[in-house]
Amino acid sequence: MTTYIRRAALLSALLFLALLVNAARVQVFQAGTYDGNPANRRAAIARWSQPRGDIVVGDRPVTGSRDTGEQLRHERTYRDGPLYAHVTGFASQLYGSALLEDAEDDVLAGTDPMLSLLPVWNDVTRSRTPGGRVVTTIDPAAQRAAFDGLRNRRGAVAALEPATGRVLALVSTPSYDPGELSGNGPAVARAWARLNGDPARPMLNRAIRQTYPPGSTFKVVTAAAALDSGVIRDLDAPTDSPDPYTLPGTRTSLSNEVEGCEDASLRHAFEWSCNTVFAKLGADVGLSRMRSTARNFGFNDSGLRIPFGVARSSFDTTMDSAQLALSSIGQYNTRATPLQMAMVTAAVANGGSVMAPHLVERTTTRFGATLRARGPHTRRLAMNPATAAELRELMTGVVKEGTGANAAIRGATVGGKTGTAQHGIGNSGTPYAWFISWAHAHDAIEPAVAVAVVVEDANADRSDISGGGDAAPIARAVMEAVLKTAAAGRRR
Amino acid sequence: MTKAGTTVAADPSPPALRLPRRRGVELALIVVAVLLSVYGYCAVGLAHSGTVPPGAARYGAGLGVLALLAHCAVRFRAPYADPLLLPIAVLLNGLGLVLIYRLDLETPHDQAAPAQLNWSTLGVALFIAAVVRLRDHRVLQRYAYVSVAGALVLLALPILFPAVNGSRIWIRLAGFSLQPGEFAKVLLAVFFASYLAANRNALAYSGRRVWRFHRLQLPTGRILGPIVTIWLLSVGVLVLERDLGTSLLFFGLFVILLYVATGRTGWIAVGLLLAVVGAVAVGRLEPHVHSRVADWLHPFASIEAGQGPNQLAQALFSFAAGGVLGTGLGLGHSILIGFAAKSDFILATAGEELGLAGLSAIFLLYALLVERGYRAGLALRDPFGRLLAIGLASILALQVFVIAGGVTGLIPLTGMAMPFLAQGGSSVITNWIIVALLIRISDSARGQYDGRRAP
Repeated sequence: MTTYIRRAALLSALLFLALLVNAARVQVFQAGTYDGNPANRRAAIARWSQPRGDIVVGDRPVTGSRDTGEQLRHERTYRDGPLYAHVTGFASQLYGSALLEDAEDDVLAGTDPMLSLLPVWNDVTRSRTPGGRVVTTIDPAAQRAAFDGLRNRRGAVAALEPATGRVLALVSTPSYDPGELSGNGPAVARAWARLNGDPARPMLNRAIRQTYPPGSTFKVVTAAAALDSGVIRDLDAPTDSPDPYTLPGTRTSLSNEVEGCEDASLRHAFEWSCNTVFAKLGADVGLSRMRSTARNFGFNDSGLRIPFGVARSSFDTTMDSAQLALSSIGQYNTRATPLQMAMVTAAVANGGSVMAPHLVERTTTRFGATLRARGPHTRRLAMNPATAAELRELMTGVVKEGTGANAAIRGATVGGKTGTAQHGIGNSGTPYAWFISWAHAHDAIEPAVAVAVVVEDANADRSDISGGGDAAPIARAVMEAVLKTAAAGRRR
Repeated sequence: MTKAGTTVAADPSPPALRLPRRRGVELALIVVAVLLSVYGYCAVGLAHSGTVPPGAARYGAGLGVLALLAHCAVRFRAPYADPLLLPIAVLLNGLGLVLIYRLDLETPHDQAAPAQLNWSTLGVALFIAAVVRLRDHRVLQRYAYVSVAGALVLLALPILFPAVNGSRIWIRLAGFSLQPGEFAKVLLAVFFASYLAANRNALAYSGRRVWRFHRLQLPTGRILGPIVTIWLLSVGVLVLERDLGTSLLFFGLFVILLYVATGRTGWIAVGLLLAVVGAVAVGRLEPHVHSRVADWLHPFASIEAGQGPNQLAQALFSFAAGGVLGTGLGLGHSILIGFAAKSDFILATAGEELGLAGLSAIFLLYALLVERGYRAGLALRDPFGRLLAIGLASILALQVFVIAGGVTGLIPLTGMAMPFLAQGGSSVITNWIIVALLIRISDSARGQYDGRRAP
């Protein structure tokens, strides 16, 4: 009997051995697969188990966290949600995250290995580092000015510091309150459905994700190409431009909204936005020069991140002369985001260099120790410094004498360019009103701000004046706000 | 030349060989077990709310007093008993209370730990009563047929009560719910041991041989009859009640005891044949069983179907989240398992919060308990005691295997209580009685070699 008892004991031992081996299989070898299973709620529970780090504008956080006591414990809150919605994006427990909340998620959620002193120790103890802070470059006064300027119209504003590429304002209207999407209840699902179903598309960031035909504002690029290539040597010399101008190889004739464009000088044509002169200039400069200048300004670049992705602005690369002529006045296939046009005007203000636009000044730990800081770096040289100086002269003239008089600011040199972009089938849509500009305070060493404004539903008056009428005051308000901040900074 | 005068002095009876009783070791281990449990209790509170839970001292004192009373009973009434059995039982029971208390924190409207503490108290009381009143395990042999009758009544009783969660294994009386099948397994073990001890020669040496070298010898129908009848009855009742875990347990117990009693591989062949037939038949007829097998083969099928993870998938997530070292007591999310997290799936909480290290320790504690049972059986001389010890130890081993294997995805899941750990009064009482019987048997086993006592 003893032998049989021993064998039965052996059987029991084998059963326990099987349990141990299987436990090791589940807990060690299969653990990664199980942990990563999307149905496993533990990742979400851990993610929301601590307050999310804050996004800071100026010196104040514009975000917060609320302890709900639920399974997904801490919920995102937003101060001035609609104002900063297109900077912060949203961080939803149901629908993921967007914009800065998404691009800087590692820092905000505390998973960035830089945040912890001893990442390996954290792995062993399973402790989670508190979320870090993301300090933005946004100037709260400029942001507020842009948001209030657009009010309840559809449009967007992008403002940059020309010398550094810091994004000072990034507004898109209509906006929404990202706090509505934070939680995980049915109200969140309803808000999500409502926002996505809204024909005004409040969740679309028009400043970086929507491209518009840039219209006459693109003439800055065309003028830069003409000056750089030597097609124009003297701003005041008459150009050989007929009015109306028949597009090369076609019988389509192009005319102007204003008088006095025939053989006008570049200065006059720029100040009064003569389509005929710039269409012919574009054709004279030629496709390859136009293409390379546009590219140097940032067109046709789909890799721009600030740190979230920016839609590609496009300047067609294979066109006949007629299409090139139209493209040179910002029509045909040419499309640009408001941020792209802000980069164009910033390049002019910055002596021709396009600085990489960026929205995050630095990321820090919760206690303020810097993780990563972002300094200025040059993306491309869009034009010669001499050309940039001539363009500043032209743009200043637009504000002093031309279509952009609404943007003038006392105590500062302001350069600008208006634009009205027609769109829709047979150009039937309400034109988009554009204004791009920069401002240089008399007592400052360099221009402090470059701004691009687009208003989608401008007054339906098809003239360049609408750009000057609708968009220029908004640009002025933004520039004034920045100049005021800068002056205060100088006095300090 | 004679050496008459120098005859070897009458060989004195060999000096009385005093066996160490090791009661002091037992006491020390019990103190360690109680301290470990109190530590776990405090760790849960600290992790959950940052403070030591208010009842920690009371909990520790309660568990300590229970363990001390049990120790005194053993010290005075079963002084030769194996010193490991009681500490292991105390530790497992204490750990179970900690885990249930920990899960109670997640379910404020369903507090199970206080009731479990009461049941544990009752279990220890019955343990003490059994150790004190039952002076010799051989007494039980007389009650073999009373036992089997009692077992069958207990098994049949829940059929009269409404089904709970698909199984008719509960009876509800005056607010208490009991699982009589738990008690029945001890009674059946007593009966099997008694019957097989009495009939093992007949079972071993009759029957016809059907294999070359006479390896396989089938028993005759006359001997087989009564046992198969009992087995069919119990299994039939269980299939009616849809409690397949217990059914599997009885079957395994039956085959192991039969093999140990007779040493005939033929029994194992018959047993396996019956198991296969039974498994196929039940699998075909019972959708309940069929779905359990499907879940085992594809634990994530419900996720792929878009219905979210089922209990088994959640349990696997729990174990995986634990990893090697665990999340720490009170820091896991095994409550996601939902229903039965405190009973059948209690091991998932242990796996997540104590990790593979803690889970292995728990398995080894059970293995040690079983091993001590087998050791007591080996040391005994009377066949009934041997078979009873093997039977009780095997019940523990099989039960742990069936439920632990089920929740870790090793075998299809069948509802069953993890001995001592899981929530459930009937189970904890039964396990304390099993330990009491093992203590009694090990006392006889070791006591018989002590010089002061006739073998």
